[in-house]
Amino acid sequence: MTNLIKLFLSFFKIGAFSFGGGYAMLPLMKEIVIDQHHWLVNSEFIDILAVSEMTPGPIAINMATFLGYRVGGIAGSIVATTAVVLPSFIIMSLIFHFVNKFKDSPLSDYFFRGIRPVVLGLIASAAVSVAMDAYIDIKAVIISIALFYFITFKNLKAIPAIIIAGIAGVIVY
Amino acid sequence: MLLDLFKTFFKVGAFTIGGGYAMIPIIQEEIVDKKKWVNEEDFMDIIAISQGSPGPIAVNVSIFVGYRLMGIKGALTCMLGTILPSFLIILLVATVFFQFRNNPIISKGFMGIRPAVVALIASAVYKMAKKSDLNSIKLLIAIATTLIIVFTNISPIYLIIVAGLFAILYYNRKDKKGES
Repeated sequence: MTNLIKLFLSFFKIGAFSFGGGYAMLPLMKEIVIDQHHWLVNSEFIDILAVSEMTPGPIAINMATFLGYRVGGIAGSIVATTAVVLPSFIIMSLIFHFVNKFKDSPLSDYFFRGIRPVVLGLIASAAVSVAMDAYIDIKAVIISIALFYFITFKNLKAIPAIIIAGIAGVIVY
Repeated sequence: MLLDLFKTFFKVGAFTIGGGYAMIPIIQEEIVDKKKWVNEEDFMDIIAISQGSPGPIAVNVSIFVGYRLMGIKGALTCMLGTILPSFLIILLVATVFFQFRNNPIISKGFMGIRPAVVALIASAVYKMAKKSDLNSIKLLIAIATTLIIVFTNISPIYLIIVAGLFAILYYNRKDKKGES
């Protein structure tokens, strides 16, 4: 029971402070589920992230359901998923009812402009911290650099990239 | 109507891979072009509001569209439609995942997949940095953020709050100066 309450509070916080899409939320998610609660280890977190990228839907929802299941089974997945969307629901409800005031005020625009470089930095830090666990040897670095090239410049999509990497992993390790 | 809303967002949730941003054009196609529930201009406003609010963007969009069409019942229905496919698929995958993850072949596969995850995130950083007009101050903030997160225990929450409040003060003053 206490675990479910912890799950709820954790994912509510993650939902409330995730600006700028799924990747920007990763540092906070990692801080809470790994550093704070030790619910899983880094490599497991990355594997869950990889699966979340291959399945349909928003990454934040996929991660919440997956991590919730890992911590507390089906009840855990329901609690984590509900908690991660609850801030969205509350905030969108407020905006819907006060939409004119929100639009007139430039403050939210200033706020968002200000956090954009921070969001970029957060996503970069997610790449760095995943790399620290993923780059176990030179082969891993080569796989990563090659895929970066094809994803960025040759429009390779996430699913084929992950499948190719999985096959490469089986062959080289 | 409620059932129609649910089905539409369920379809979007079930068939778009690649995260929230990939879902936006599909939502637009369904609700603006096909069903004509929202016009183009209003949809752009809804996107702007959803991007500027915390939480998954596709979820925010679906809640707002639901409110527009059928009030709170619509909002809840659209939100459920969006998240239910993710939830059900992940639940199925998760039950299998934890059984097979320690299988030697699967675990070798994941040793190759982890570097691919780095590549995916790094590529997102590259594209985002290229799109945003980074001046030296913004670049410095981005790099400082990365270093702080990687090397200290400071929570990203504080960085967002500090940067946001600082920006409000900074741009407010700048705008007032511009007026006088």
